[in-house]
Amino acid sequence: MQLVRRLAVASAIGLVLYGIGLWLQGGVIEYVQRIVFLAGINVILAVGLNLINGTTGQFSIGHAGFMAVGAYGAAFSGVKLQPVLQNWIGAGAVADGLTLNVGLLVGALLAGLTGLLVGAPSLRLRGDYLAVVTLGFGEVIRISFNNAKFLGAATGFSGDSPSGLPALTTFFWVYAWAIAILILIRNLTFSQTGRSLAAIREDEIAAEAMATPTTRLKVLAFSLSAASAGIAGGLFAFMQPSIRPEDFRFDKSIDMIVMIIIGGLGSISGAVVGGIFVAVTLELMRDLQQYRLVLYALLLIVIMLVRPQGLLGSRELSEVLRSRFGRPKAQAAK
Amino acid sequence: MSTLLQQLLNGLSLGSIYALIALGYTMVYGILKLINFAHGEVFMIGAYAGYFGASALGIERYGAAGLPLYLAVLVLLFAMAVAALLGVSIELLAYRPVRSAPRLTPLITAIGVSLFLQNAAMLLFSPNPRPYPPILREVRFELGGVIVTNVKLTIFVVAIALMLGLNWFIQRTWTGKAMRAVSTNIDAARLMGVDTDRIIRATFAVGSALAAAGGILFGLDQIIINPLMGVLTGLKAFVAAVLGGIGNIRGAVLGGLLIGLAEQLTAGYLSPDYRDAVTFVILIFILILRPEGLLGVVRPEKV
Repeated sequence: MQLVRRLAVASAIGLVLYGIGLWLQGGVIEYVQRIVFLAGINVILAVGLNLINGTTGQFSIGHAGFMAVGAYGAAFSGVKLQPVLQNWIGAGAVADGLTLNVGLLVGALLAGLTGLLVGAPSLRLRGDYLAVVTLGFGEVIRISFNNAKFLGAATGFSGDSPSGLPALTTFFWVYAWAIAILILIRNLTFSQTGRSLAAIREDEIAAEAMATPTTRLKVLAFSLSAASAGIAGGLFAFMQPSIRPEDFRFDKSIDMIVMIIIGGLGSISGAVVGGIFVAVTLELMRDLQQYRLVLYALLLIVIMLVRPQGLLGSRELSEVLRSRFGRPKAQAAK
Repeated sequence: MSTLLQQLLNGLSLGSIYALIALGYTMVYGILKLINFAHGEVFMIGAYAGYFGASALGIERYGAAGLPLYLAVLVLLFAMAVAALLGVSIELLAYRPVRSAPRLTPLITAIGVSLFLQNAAMLLFSPNPRPYPPILREVRFELGGVIVTNVKLTIFVVAIALMLGLNWFIQRTWTGKAMRAVSTNIDAARLMGVDTDRIIRATFAVGSALAAAGGILFGLDQIIINPLMGVLTGLKAFVAAVLGGIGNIRGAVLGGLLIGLAEQLTAGYLSPDYRDAVTFVILIFILILRPEGLLGVVRPEKV
């Protein structure tokens, strides 16, 4: 019965997404559509990064590298796969959707594997050392793409056709993936494994003394986080004619950190809010062009000085709303 | 053979610049346990201060002959003073309020300050690279098949002189002694009557001044400067500090020289494309094999 109910909910969400997607395609200007797509991608990035930085308390500042791996992996496999699929089932929405999703899965797999390779040795380090190693890895990944001839090196990868990468990213798929990753990470966070991750954040040595396999869990969280950055990278890649190593500079990692910090480290709904906030503010501030990043940096400093726990702290949006507007839990139980 | 010597010479002069910057990272980390991400930007501002100082002294009049020695020293001191002031202000405005917060808060604040300074510099100085004024007249001479310029020699000599000065300061003066005390145990130092706030301020001033000297030397060496020059150079200097053992002053110098050599040798013998990557590869290896760095001491962890 539960399975049927879940399937029903899933298909209802799917229908709604599909409807909004059609409406966006029809009337809304491309500019707005781009912001809406970017907001969804940011949500994936923020929720993924929050798993390792917020829930597990291991600070990664090189996630742009994993996003790059996902983007290149998805773009490369998508470009190779598309003609094959089109020959086989004919050009159309089905072939496009299949290409996109297979590409995303390839990108996520590669990003997750890279995360495993990076995480396994470096997660033995603590705190700010880990931050610097992830930063170093992010740079190494970017420099490698910069020198990879078959991926277009510094000029970027635009596939085989002159019009560049196929525009496969649609509203439906961006938000379907965002919701799927959101649910996955939410369930993980509130599971027993999630509790162990939080224990590592609170006190790693104590967690280890309680027989928590700390290294294995940290690597698991790190790889999952890298894989979701890979999905975001893939969706990002199929939004534009070409991807360049420049798109995944250190600044991109900083963007992701700003997203989770604005919302509140460790809060999933905070990450969602932060992701959307960053996409919208960066676009709104576009008119201020050269002042934009100065203001952005100031915003970051001011948040740290005034409200270092972010908008929501480590609480979830539902808890905040309940404590503010609803009856307290204890009273409701009486 | 002569190419190897040439690479070694270039590596040492580049490495001594990294060492100067690394000193600032290591001193601040030794005391506050904070990676001062904005240090690379202090280095950049130092280079720009030297640029504007030299212009104010009318460097155009001297043409390629370079400034007279006393004016060149004046430019250096001016840039060091500007950077020291900047370093102290950053500490006062951004780091002091979050000093007792959990460790990630100051780290993120530091990233914010670094971003802010980069973008403010792009706004104020324009993002375009500028040619660095020839503060020294370049003289080239050949020594056993190796081309040596007085600029490279000066860089090396000035850097070494500053480091010896720092060593004297840390070992022989009262303030230096207090710095060592604060870095060993800040609470105990306070109980012994050390004004820790003042010592932290002094640490930022000295570290930033050294970074500014590094900035001017970097400008002389690379001939152009731009507002983003502090990002990569700062990171490399930080890696140098970690390589030597963060918090350890001699380690920072050793690490800086090694990183400079590694970078030049990679550029010379492998491919210039990988000169930036090699630093991070070294970092990753050192942290995995010997996280405390070459000269660092292992401290047991306690709950």
